[in-house]
Amino acid sequence: MSEVVLKVGDDISTDIIYPGRFMATVLPTETPQYAFADDVEFNRKLNANEIPKGSIIVAGQNFGCGSSREQAASCLKGWDLVIVAKHFARIFVQNSINLGLQTVICPEYDADEGDELEIRGDVLVNHTKGKEFKIVPHAPARQAIIDAGGLVAYTRARLLAKK
Amino acid sequence: MGMTYVQKVLARACGKPSVDVGDVVEPEVHLAMSHENGAMAMNQFIEIYRDTGIDMKVWDPERIAIIYDHRIPAESSKTANNQKKLRNFVVEQKISKFHDIRGDQGGICHQILPEFGYVRPGYVVVGTDSHTTSHGALGAFAFGVGGTEMAAVWTLGRVLNVEVPGTIKVNVNGKFPAHVGPKDLILHLIGKITAEGANFRVLEYHGDTIRNMSTSGRLVICNMSVEAGATSGIVPPDKETLRYLKDEAGVKDKIETFAPDPDAHYEQTVEIDVSDMAPQIACPHAVDNVKPVGDVAGTRIDQIVIGSCTNGRLDDLEIAARILKGKKVAPGTRMIVFPASWRIYREALKRGYLNDLSEAGAVVCNPGCGACLGVHQGALGDNEVALATTNRNFKGRMGNPKAEVYLCSPDVAAASAPSGVITDPRAGGR
Ligand code: SF4
Repeated sequence: MSEVVLKVGDDISTDIIYPGRFMATVLPTETPQYAFADDVEFNRKLNANEIPKGSIIVAGQNFGCGSSREQAASCLKGWDLVIVAKHFARIFVQNSINLGLQTVICPEYDADEGDELEIRGDVLVNHTKGKEFKIVPHAPARQAIIDAGGLVAYTRARLLAKK
Repeated sequence: MGMTYVQKVLARACGKPSVDVGDVVEPEVHLAMSHENGAMAMNQFIEIYRDTGIDMKVWDPERIAIIYDHRIPAESSKTANNQKKLRNFVVEQKISKFHDIRGDQGGICHQILPEFGYVRPGYVVVGTDSHTTSHGALGAFAFGVGGTEMAAVWTLGRVLNVEVPGTIKVNVNGKFPAHVGPKDLILHLIGKITAEGANFRVLEYHGDTIRNMSTSGRLVICNMSVEAGATSGIVPPDKETLRYLKDEAGVKDKIETFAPDPDAHYEQTVEIDVSDMAPQIACPHAVDNVKPVGDVAGTRIDQIVIGSCTNGRLDDLEIAARILKGKKVAPGTRMIVFPASWRIYREALKRGYLNDLSEAGAVVCNPGCGACLGVHQGALGDNEVALATTNRNFKGRMGNPKAEVYLCSPDVAAASAPSGVITDPRAGGR
């Protein structure tokens, strides 16, 4: 079970997740410090290690819209957060899968900050509210990359197979 | 059942007679573009090869383009170091389409690719930039990817796990009224179908208005298709496409074109008539928060920006210069102009546009992304308001989450400069 540590609305852009002014920072080891940089309180909690690994951000529709910057996925992956959204923008969800950031598509969910959630197969359980919601699986092509442990590992395997 | 344009491109790039929407394919890539963020792809590329014992080599150095545009000249030592590393990689890997920080061949990636004839109809183009959708203006299937995905393309020459997208047909008819053009059309469309209205889909553009539109205008429309969530925006190629590639981009070899099948399946058709369209404005903080100019006219502006991969081309500068010649930017308002490429800059210089603009009080910057992404050259102060011909007005986009950005056409941007408030460019506001 994990706690919802942040609830955000629809159309949360990559400029909110990882502001453009930090784009010169590219290394996945360095991007996490700037996650949600303009949400000063949430960013402070992350950097003070007050947010346990596996904690959940819940979002509305079109989470991660805007730029293709991969830092938006790597900065969240660095804190091992899980993102539950009604649905995601295309490039963001692809980047997340490529980097191993867990994204859960759950169009009907009901959850608030502080709720305890559990991802059980294709069901999202909200223990606080005593409700369950169906999870929409990722497309099979994306699942293959998740199963391989991300796109670097997947591509490396393909490269070796070619040799 | 026939195929849409994107289905045809993907079928060809996969060597298959046909593909269906939802199929998962691995198309061959004709062009893989990055800017400074190629540094990220480079890191992941090195990671892919680590401990494999295989000699690290990109799949085809002729099909990779790297264009420095986001932070040029470098605004910090960190950027300069990233640029330096990637520059070394370009030399090592013999990447041929490299555009460094140079006045003879530099500019914004989405301008350089068409300008140098790197994109052709039927190409599969990927770029580590969301506005890679721009290149659909030349009949390519062009879309944005992240750095890791680019590293995979550099390794294998294919995009892995592409789902064949469904297509929304957009039929545009009618003649634009004076001071209304492609930017107003695309803002109107985004407002109508919303920021996620085309998520995971392709917008395929048809109709008289599109057929009569220059490639420059088509670039505006395809550029901003991503703001409706689209994977790509595509104008099926025609006479104008061939004219642009031959006359303006200097392409000499034979260019093959094709069209979507008449019985192709479209998920939805959107009809737009531009004959009575007013200039459109996307209001803070969402690109789909679109209103006719009359609704926001009179809003005070601190900074006007004309430029970017959306509206920094010669026709945009011409419009601005024509409106501002002999006038002055209002005191208390700043105006920043950054042409989309050095070729455009030099031509605008020759034609006197840059002179007219600077005499009016505008600051003409070097071609590049400049103020568009708020890293340098035009970040906003707290509570300031910008009016820009760029493509995004998200909170924080111009470097300050406490500022506001309105998006508009070059006509509106220029017409608003002498008054310092958002102004309808049509005489008397009609
Ligand atoms: S001009 Fe703006 S939108 Fe275009 S590539 Fe540069 S930062 Fe991106």
